[in-house]
Amino acid sequence: MTDLLPPARTLFDKIWDAHVVKTYADGTDLLYIDRHLVQEVSSPQAFAGMAAAGRALHRPDAHIAVADHAVPTKDRHVTLREGLAAAQVARLRENTAIHAIPYIPMNDRRHGIVHVIGPELGFTLPGCTLVCGDSHTSTHGAFGALAFGIGASECECVFSTQVLRQKRQRNMRVTVTGALPDGVSVKDIILSLIARIGVGGGIGFAIEYAGPAIRALSMEARMTLCNMTIEAGARVGLIAPDATTLDWVRGRPLSPLPGDEPAALRDWALLHSDPGAVFDREVEIDAATLAPHVSWGTTPEESLPVTGRVPDPAQVDDPARQARMRRSLDYMGLAPGTPLEEIAIDRVFIGSCTNGRLEDLRRAATILRGRRVAKGVSAMAVPGSAQVRIAAEAEGLDRIFTDAGFEWRDAGCSMCVGMNDDRLSEGERCASTSNRNFEGRQGIGGRTHLMSPEMAAAAAIAGRLCDVRGLQ
Amino acid sequence: MIEPFIHLTAIAAPFPEGQIDTDVIFPARFLLLLEKRGLGRHLFHERRAKGGFVLDTPPWDGARILVTGPDFGTGSSREQAVWALADFGIRCVIGTSFGEIFHANCFRSCVLPIVLPPDAHARVMAAAEAQQQITVDLPEQRIILADGEIGFHIDAHRKQSLLEGLDEVGAILRDDAADIAAFEAAQRAARPWLYLTAQQIAHFDDIKEGSE
Repeated sequence: MTDLLPPARTLFDKIWDAHVVKTYADGTDLLYIDRHLVQEVSSPQAFAGMAAAGRALHRPDAHIAVADHAVPTKDRHVTLREGLAAAQVARLRENTAIHAIPYIPMNDRRHGIVHVIGPELGFTLPGCTLVCGDSHTSTHGAFGALAFGIGASECECVFSTQVLRQKRQRNMRVTVTGALPDGVSVKDIILSLIARIGVGGGIGFAIEYAGPAIRALSMEARMTLCNMTIEAGARVGLIAPDATTLDWVRGRPLSPLPGDEPAALRDWALLHSDPGAVFDREVEIDAATLAPHVSWGTTPEESLPVTGRVPDPAQVDDPARQARMRRSLDYMGLAPGTPLEEIAIDRVFIGSCTNGRLEDLRRAATILRGRRVAKGVSAMAVPGSAQVRIAAEAEGLDRIFTDAGFEWRDAGCSMCVGMNDDRLSEGERCASTSNRNFEGRQGIGGRTHLMSPEMAAAAAIAGRLCDVRGLQ
Repeated sequence: MIEPFIHLTAIAAPFPEGQIDTDVIFPARFLLLLEKRGLGRHLFHERRAKGGFVLDTPPWDGARILVTGPDFGTGSSREQAVWALADFGIRCVIGTSFGEIFHANCFRSCVLPIVLPPDAHARVMAAAEAQQQITVDLPEQRIILADGEIGFHIDAHRKQSLLEGLDEVGAILRDDAADIAAFEAAQRAARPWLYLTAQQIAHFDDIKEGSE
């Protein structure tokens, strides 16, 4: 009899199965895409391809567009009048007007980083498939959505067909137990996971986060976690929706209408991995054992507890890995054995789709209140959206930042990607709440240390990398 | 129609560094360009600016194959990384693992990404370093080296699309439109909240023209 029972499925497989339009003979699936976030960097060539082929947009109501990468975060009226960034933003506005796609302009109250405004609008919903021409689309998995980043050609395919031909990923579960100690945050969970499994460790997997420590996380923290899943190589990260999720989703502008809500809630209640569902890989983390992490190299994998020292390549046996470490240390201008807390910084960046939400700003403000940024350090806070900025100002967070010596900016990707004027200069060292410490990521020759908002705030005050637990 | 990939005989450039992300392949500031063509001049921009980069060093400046280290193309989804490689003349990348989005993007520009186990990869890397001609034979799924052959795996539909230079969007519109319509009708009935209503979209009606 047991073989007549439906097989136990993972959360990922349930959402995938619900979106299979057809399965091809080779086992790949034609996957239906419910929602598409459109931004200025990955869309111009997609729109151009659609125009060149003479194809129509399949479904205008499945897309929302916003410019976030190239927009300035200060003096907006002055700095976006001309040049490449202005042309790129203008192109997005033109393309969305042609296709009747809602476009949110830079000075609108709904503007912000795509991955911050999707959830704010209720565009991101449990159980939906959501894509964007941006790798951090994994963020939306925090809602129990199947969300993943795609290339521009795939964006074009979604515009024209609303489907993507995809090969199903395998399942990985990361179970997090224990309570996060004071001064330790979800950023430290994800940095420690990436350090453990590597930047390629998640390639080919969808990662579901589970366990009591995950259930205890706010939506903002869950978004941080799923956001950086791509830094472990996995295109998809997701968390089963629960009361925390529903509290966030209810009443948003694009959430299910009251008449549809009961059916949506019944549907979403099924969005969890069944008992006995098989995962191809399991990883366990005890949050109680974690310390605040910082990155020391040029991949997010090269991260350590802040209490540690810059590692020594000479103590690594694998020659390829040794060469990689030497390259990182050379780029970062660090000597093996240096205590991480002795690394002096020039700049601080608090923001991005990873850590630019209200809770992130609150956590940083808790550390900054009544303190001053160290002499010689230049610091900026960039809210992830206009809504985050408005909410932060309503509770006086902007004053805490500016009183401490931070600049308080308008929303955008800013110095996470260095496509506007917010960049590091050659050799400058930055404590950053963003997601990538790649060579040149924050500016040519710039040196990035990834960390949580409270750790970046602590670094701003100390003028060097510093253990926030000593400042609380 | 894009240029199909069938056979390729060329020398291969060895680039064994691990974890080369797409920011290194194509730095973000060039993402402001609105075109797909001509991006090869920005390929590995910072590395090449330092001088002595393998793709600027004869005879590898004529390479059409790049032999990479592990986790090549991780990070950003930017398809410009592939467009730049293709524009530069690279038609095939051979490594032990690739970033998943980069890997998917390659096929869209008829760049063949080949994943090999470490021992086979080491043989190809040695051939690249020895400046030997390498042949990639897609129909037979093999790499022909001076000292033997190495087979490789590729998904059937990926292979087909490379061999024919297939336009996948066109194929979906031609073959699958009825299935898509049927799926949408069923989903709209079962999960109507996934389809925004005019009332919901009216949320954006107050957005003013030209407010930036």
